[in-house]
Amino acid sequence: MIRVVLPAHLRGLAHVSAEVELDIKGPATQRSVVDALEAKYPMLRGTVRDHVTQERRPFLRFFACEEDLSHESPDALLPDAVVSGKEPLLIVGAIAGG
Amino acid sequence: MSGVRVLVGTRKGAFVLASDGKRERWDVSGPHFAGWEIYHVKGSPADPNRLFASQTSGWFGQIIQRSDDGGKTWTQPGTPPGEPTTGPGGMPKGESNKFQYDSSSETGKPLTTHQFYDGTQHPWEFKRVWHIEPSLTDPDTVYAGVEDAALFRSNDGGKSWQELSGLRGHGTGPKWQPGAGGMCLHTIVLDPSNPERMFVAISAAGAFRSDDAGNTWRPINRGLKSQYIPDPEAEVGHCVHRIAMHRSRPGVLFMQKHWDVMRTDNAGDLWQEISGNLPTDFGFAIDVHAHEPETIYVVPIKSDGEHFPPDGKLRVYRSRSGGNEWEALTKGLPQRDCYVNVLRDAMAVDSLDKCGVYFGTTGGQVYASADAGDNWAPIVRDLPAVLSVEVQTLP
Repeated sequence: MIRVVLPAHLRGLAHVSAEVELDIKGPATQRSVVDALEAKYPMLRGTVRDHVTQERRPFLRFFACEEDLSHESPDALLPDAVVSGKEPLLIVGAIAGG
Repeated sequence: MSGVRVLVGTRKGAFVLASDGKRERWDVSGPHFAGWEIYHVKGSPADPNRLFASQTSGWFGQIIQRSDDGGKTWTQPGTPPGEPTTGPGGMPKGESNKFQYDSSSETGKPLTTHQFYDGTQHPWEFKRVWHIEPSLTDPDTVYAGVEDAALFRSNDGGKSWQELSGLRGHGTGPKWQPGAGGMCLHTIVLDPSNPERMFVAISAAGAFRSDDAGNTWRPINRGLKSQYIPDPEAEVGHCVHRIAMHRSRPGVLFMQKHWDVMRTDNAGDLWQEISGNLPTDFGFAIDVHAHEPETIYVVPIKSDGEHFPPDGKLRVYRSRSGGNEWEALTKGLPQRDCYVNVLRDAMAVDSLDKCGVYFGTTGGQVYASADAGDNWAPIVRDLPAVLSVEVQTLP
């Protein structure tokens, strides 16, 4: 079970108030986590990654275990602490604008 | 008793302002979609309880929302919570937020680039929906004008969208270029007398007309003069800000251009300037009185470099003669120290008698006049910057 912390705007869109929990079949990667996130919360499709290119939106970052994973391959395995549920995967909106 | 519902899109959410026909006391609901930019909210003329909203964000992309109860509750039409995400056979369901440019081999090849700020060619990139235009007759049909400029249509209540690629593909696309606000298709006008005819406007490409329900298009910019375009006969490149029509005379259009207020009496075949005695002919919004097709409204803005009213006085100008002769409407509007802007989609009229006129400002005020502009009062004063105002007249 993977824990994911969403930015506030996306928590509102998904009607959740806290972090979400996702069951991942197969290797836990950024791609499989976002696949599972979009399957459970279809209203989030297109908000974390582009509908067409499937690339992470430029103003969103992925963090876990105090590391920026944003530029890792989307198919790279997530840290063990995230896979075990000890640490969450953080999806963070860049701090910019008003 | 009849009433009105004012649909307001702002930088940080949507608001619904409702009143009875007297238009004196208002109920304010919102913010809906708090924290998101709401570029436009508009109701279906065929089903007034059906509203569509463009919810957008530089961080999280484009969301289309729909309400079927007049704005009380909202859902994303393609992906309602709790429903399976795939249909029979495992195919993905329609996704209401997905705007994918036509790249088919038949039509997509010539549609790959437009002119960028530096004059080079740049690929089309979807950014957001600026304007939503529901069909006049079918509540499930709705059009969306997007940035980078293109026109999309949904025939299933906003669940899925298909580009009407004949607009980008008619040949002048490589000469279109973004204005300061981006290269946006911001105006869609449907002809109530002819379902085959529609008009759109793009900054900075100009105005276009289709006479076959959006399949093919042609520029309608003859008579427009833009200082920054060396060729006085330029077919495209004009920064049209807004077009308005009175439903009783669909061949007559009024335009607020970057500079100049214009009109055409032949559905865009030729435009003539009607700026007349306006204090400045720069501006964004323009609209037509609901019952008097020669009565039009603009809000003059000082210049393209100074997006605020001249002399710090917020004045709506009204012409009762179809242009050229304009009178300032000031009662109830601030006449000193006012430096707000009124954006292109932020003015609308109701169809009550007397005609109500409404506009919103970047300072967060929404002003209403229940007597065709003679007197004004704010409905609300302190919303986030207003991006759009639409009005529904309810039975």
